[in-house]
Amino acid sequence: MTSQSSPLPVMAAAAARPAGLVATLTAWRVPLTILALCLLPWVLPSKALAVNVLIYGLIAVGYNLLFGYTGLLSFGHAAFFGAGAYATGIAIGQFGLPWFVAVALGVVFGGALAVVIGLLSIRTRGIYFSMVTLALSQLVYYAALQASSWTGGENGLRGFTVAKISLFGVAVDFLNPVAKYYVLMIFAALALWLVSRILNSPFGAAIEAIRENETRARACGYDVERTKLLSFTLSGLICALAGTMSALHLAIVPLDTLHYHTSGMIVMMTLLGGAGSFFGPFVGALAFLLMEDVISLWTSHWQIVVGSVFILFVLFLPKGIWGTALSWRAGR
Amino acid sequence: MDAELIAMQLFSGVALGAILIMVALGLSIIFGMLGVVNFAHGALFMVGAYAGLWVASLTGSFWWGLLIAPLAIGAFGMAIEFLLIRPLYKRSVDDPLLLTFGLGYVLVEAVRIVFGSDGIPFETPALLSGVADLGIGFFPVYRLFVVGVVAAVLVLLWLFLEKTKYGLIVRAGARDPLIMRVLGVDIGRVWLMVFGLGIGLTALGGVLAAPMRNVSPEMGALVLAEAFVVTVIGGMGSLIGAVVAGLLVGVAVSMTALFAPEMATIVMFALMALVLLVRPQGLFGRAVAGH
Repeated sequence: MTSQSSPLPVMAAAAARPAGLVATLTAWRVPLTILALCLLPWVLPSKALAVNVLIYGLIAVGYNLLFGYTGLLSFGHAAFFGAGAYATGIAIGQFGLPWFVAVALGVVFGGALAVVIGLLSIRTRGIYFSMVTLALSQLVYYAALQASSWTGGENGLRGFTVAKISLFGVAVDFLNPVAKYYVLMIFAALALWLVSRILNSPFGAAIEAIRENETRARACGYDVERTKLLSFTLSGLICALAGTMSALHLAIVPLDTLHYHTSGMIVMMTLLGGAGSFFGPFVGALAFLLMEDVISLWTSHWQIVVGSVFILFVLFLPKGIWGTALSWRAGR
Repeated sequence: MDAELIAMQLFSGVALGAILIMVALGLSIIFGMLGVVNFAHGALFMVGAYAGLWVASLTGSFWWGLLIAPLAIGAFGMAIEFLLIRPLYKRSVDDPLLLTFGLGYVLVEAVRIVFGSDGIPFETPALLSGVADLGIGFFPVYRLFVVGVVAAVLVLLWLFLEKTKYGLIVRAGARDPLIMRVLGVDIGRVWLMVFGLGIGLTALGGVLAAPMRNVSPEMGALVLAEAFVVTVIGGMGSLIGAVVAGLLVGVAVSMTALFAPEMATIVMFALMALVLLVRPQGLFGRAVAGH
């Protein structure tokens, strides 16, 4: 096929170009995402929407580690998101701890919860996993509802407004939406860098091996249960970080943060954007929240539109927006 | 804390469990046959309750609602299987699950548009209101009725599955769909019927539950999580498991409500966690290696 005809090398070059583009995107994925995030507040209709895309995008990135890369469909990630948010709010509001300690506590608490729920749910196989994670996260929801002296019960957690924070000696006005966005973005950027490193590591290859063929991964000598648990925990940690960011941002933790509808929203965002791709979750969060924002202008029943769009995606574009774009470029 | 109170609470638990059995049974039958976890199951329970309410208010009779709503929603379930789930059989098991989750989302919002977001009280039919003296205490007639209906449905279902030709096809199809196809059975039609049956059962549960609680668009969300707990405890795909676990959960919840009310919402999840630790495949589930 080397010297046989002239059109072939041209076609090969044409095929190589998009692959080259994808390779460049992959190599520069963290700086590119951060650049896009830097521009986000100036492109979107409101600053509040930009913060939401940042927070939900990060949850979806964390969730994608488990769903997209390890192949485990959890319906309980609201628990870790909510646990991070509640722990941060309680640490600031009831113990008067400084914000960075509260953030660290939130991440640790959410991560610890992920270990417990992960240990229980990974004992089950296949389709059970989704049901068990959903049920266990509902347990967390009801526990928060009952422990109202700590969590504020149905009214949500209030009274921990962070007005000013000092970052590396610089005082930042946290009530200024732009300043707040960029502070939160630093955390998101760190998490993105971490996820990128994880995916490039041997561990990243191991979780993808489990997704592709669990039996073969086991036969190759991988400790499948431990790898799954680690992936579950890492994914929970990132969702917990997003939770602490949400608490700092809203200065309130609504009880619904813990409801499995939040988990479902995370699933929808990840799938809409493209599960198993690095940029997909952010694209999905952006698409989801933008749809909500635009449709809410003319009807309060935006969920019916978003839900229908999601159904159409499952039926016809299961790779999501980004995943479809990638395979379209590769197949051209 | 006398014996009569405990007996009454125990009975409420059985009534609660009866509703859970209807929901979990539908979930389990659909999974056993089609390998689909229906995340819209709770939403269809809720749609069933609304359909019952609507038919009852239209005809002025609870009985028509009880009869027509499950049939209509069952037919609606068949349409869902045919239009939405059928294209996904060759794909990953997660895809029907994701699709039905989206469907549940849409159904809840559609009901909000048609009936409003607020809960609607559902009158207990006059014939079934009040209490009955059973010698050991006074029990609400409506709950006795619910337990009776569920018991009757269970007997009919058992007779259908064990004693009829169609039941034989359904059971064989759950074992090995490929062999059934080789034997010339149109398995697609069986799946259509089974999906409709499962949805009809949860809709019946919805209508039966309606007079015991308010009818609201959110009522399905709670029920879905409860049905999952029951299914995990009983063992996925096991019908006897759904019945035993449904009663177990119902009684555990109502007894906890009596002795430690603040734990009532949590106890079923704790029970599930315990079962997962001791017997991950559920009480009546078969241990399988992978899916």
